[in-house]
Amino acid sequence: MNVDWLNFTPWSSLAGGALIGLAASLFVIFNGRIAGISGLIGSLLQRGSEGVSEKALFLLGLAIAPLVWRLFSSLPPIEFKSGWFGLSLAGLMVGIGTRYGSGCTSGHGVCGLSRLSPRSMVATACFMFSGFATVFIVRHLLGG
Amino acid sequence: MIKLSAFIAGLLFGIGLLLAGMTNPVKVLAFLDVAGAWDPSLALVMIGAIGIAVGPLAWARQQSRSLLGRPMQLPIKRELDTRLIGGSLVFGVGWGLAGICPGPAVAILLTGRWQGIVFMLAMLTGMCLFTVLQARRNQ
Repeated sequence: MNVDWLNFTPWSSLAGGALIGLAASLFVIFNGRIAGISGLIGSLLQRGSEGVSEKALFLLGLAIAPLVWRLFSSLPPIEFKSGWFGLSLAGLMVGIGTRYGSGCTSGHGVCGLSRLSPRSMVATACFMFSGFATVFIVRHLLGG
Repeated sequence: MIKLSAFIAGLLFGIGLLLAGMTNPVKVLAFLDVAGAWDPSLALVMIGAIGIAVGPLAWARQQSRSLLGRPMQLPIKRELDTRLIGGSLVFGVGWGLAGICPGPAVAILLTGRWQGIVFMLAMLTGMCLFTVLQARRNQ
């Protein structure tokens, strides 16, 4: 294993993670809800969902975070590797996969693992595995 | 209050993603590339997030209402079915292709990058496809 020490950001990643954990904690303590982003978006796309304003406001806060950040400092780098075709295919798979799998990195990975939910442990193991496998195939077998 | 707490939680979540490096697809892909120049940072994001959230979520499990009097809505499903496993595997492939998962997709959207808009539109299409297929199944 070859660790990229140059780009390793242990402290900011740990602190960012702690903030994510704090946000998920506030949402469950005050609103009684799981901060799972795919679930929140998905339920807004369905007719007759409850709690629409709360869910929309959470997502609004998330969406304007970079604008608030920019008031105080310049944004961290946001660099893409894929073109429009790759992004479209990836987005489609992320959309349909997270809905069938009832969650994503936040709902299963952060909230579910914190609740020690067996379903979330299995889901997280599955998407981590296929994420690692996909990058391995694309970068090292296909040489993309 | 309930709306304010939802908004603040979302905002903090987004600041956390930015600080953690999760909004940079190249960094996410470097974490997923164990056989290349591996950047383990995102493992620390998970450790930090779970370390903070584990206590409050354990508390929430014991409650029937939130501090603001809302019903505690925690998932109740227990089955490890093919939908959970298949869906999560498909999600992971999409995540590994672009390095973007739903939270960062929302947080990137308003930064003015066309890639963020393309990804979001495709993701919403995938979610709508699920809703349509689901409705057909239930008929």
